[in-house]
Amino acid sequence: MSEISTSAVSSGAAPKTSDAPLGRDDLARLVARDIAPGSFVNLGIGQPTLVSNYLTEEQDITLHTENGMLGMGPVAVGEQIDPDLINAGKIPVTELPGASYFHHADSFAMMRGGHLDVCVLGAFQVSAKGDLANWHTGAPDAIPAVGGAMDLATGAKDVYVMMTLLTKDGKSKLVPECTYPITGVGCVTRVYTDKAVFLIADDGVRVRETFGVTFDELAGLMDVPLLAG
Amino acid sequence: MLEFKDTVAEAVAGVQDGSTVMIGGFGNAGQPFELIDALLEGGARDLTVVNNNAGQADEGLALLIKEGRVRKMICSFPRQSDSWHFDAKYRAGEIELELVPQGNLAERIRAAGAGIGGFFTPTGYGTMLAEGKETRFLDGKWQVFETPIHADVALIKALRADGKGNLVYRKTARNFGPIMAAAAKQTVAQVSEIVPIGALDPENVVTPGIYVNTIVKVG
Repeated sequence: MSEISTSAVSSGAAPKTSDAPLGRDDLARLVARDIAPGSFVNLGIGQPTLVSNYLTEEQDITLHTENGMLGMGPVAVGEQIDPDLINAGKIPVTELPGASYFHHADSFAMMRGGHLDVCVLGAFQVSAKGDLANWHTGAPDAIPAVGGAMDLATGAKDVYVMMTLLTKDGKSKLVPECTYPITGVGCVTRVYTDKAVFLIADDGVRVRETFGVTFDELAGLMDVPLLAG
Repeated sequence: MLEFKDTVAEAVAGVQDGSTVMIGGFGNAGQPFELIDALLEGGARDLTVVNNNAGQADEGLALLIKEGRVRKMICSFPRQSDSWHFDAKYRAGEIELELVPQGNLAERIRAAGAGIGGFFTPTGYGTMLAEGKETRFLDGKWQVFETPIHADVALIKALRADGKGNLVYRKTARNFGPIMAAAAKQTVAQVSEIVPIGALDPENVVTPGIYVNTIVKVG
């Protein structure tokens, strides 16, 4: 995979900044690059945690984990593994200098109170208005589990979603209206996918850049009207 | 009156059939395994259990569920790769589930301990989990009314207690301990170490002893 261009062309249709769709790591690198220096960030569980691999020291990002810590470091290995020090995915992690611990009500007050700058979440679907569906397929035999997804979606100042644009059946997951049970109403601000970055704006869904497809090809894959640039 | 017990069996003797029991922990971190084992041994049944999860693998809360002691779970994240005992009971219709978003769970527990009769929160608005609940437009956003969760007994794990019942925790194992300690009529803490009065720096006490009734040292 080639380097992602950092120069966005603003005229005309959204620029195609990569000749191929982005892989998971390239997407994580792009999200990491877009997080403002000094931000307090929650990376959810699963794919978004890859973002932490690409945050730089200069960015000075503080990672929050919902189970009660700011200043979370990388995944623990070998002798670093401590069963009392885990992340939201219950994976052993490390603490960085300047870390702090707090109880669950404080941890979620941080989210709900609007103190977190960004959270990055996975999704089953995102609607054109920024509704998020990422906790439940709605299948009658599924055992529901929600965890902190609704709190994060509602509380963080910016909610970025990372997902593949299409399902295995080739259907867009960025949809006019979510058909899966929703996690939060109008909460998503950006959607990072393998084929494009979408900004959920007041006037509609804007395409910031595309990967491996042109703007018109992208529009042909989706039922959501797209705005360029 | 603060009591120090010699055994975990004595420490959990206050749990009755039909009790609501809060159990600390997020996954295995902070889960009071020894107290749960004693609860299993003690035979109390028909319990309502409040925990973030619904047990993992073949230990702790998972065994309590497997043995049919739990009538109802109040939790945020029951389904995990190793939650097979809960999954089996749920699919068989043998356990009731009240699913609560994690932050609402924490705040409902906190509210109980703080004497709050209920609160409005934006979390969950417009979702399945807010169906049937009162909503209001407050502070520029739609919010949902949530009620406190009280308990008869809280079983928690801390690192260290002093002779006044003051507690300190260890890293992310703190999680639900402090809020559950305040929300239950009786709080039982298992600790790794008991130190004399005065040995904990008052500036660093996390759970003041006023919230703690019973302490037992394990390990």
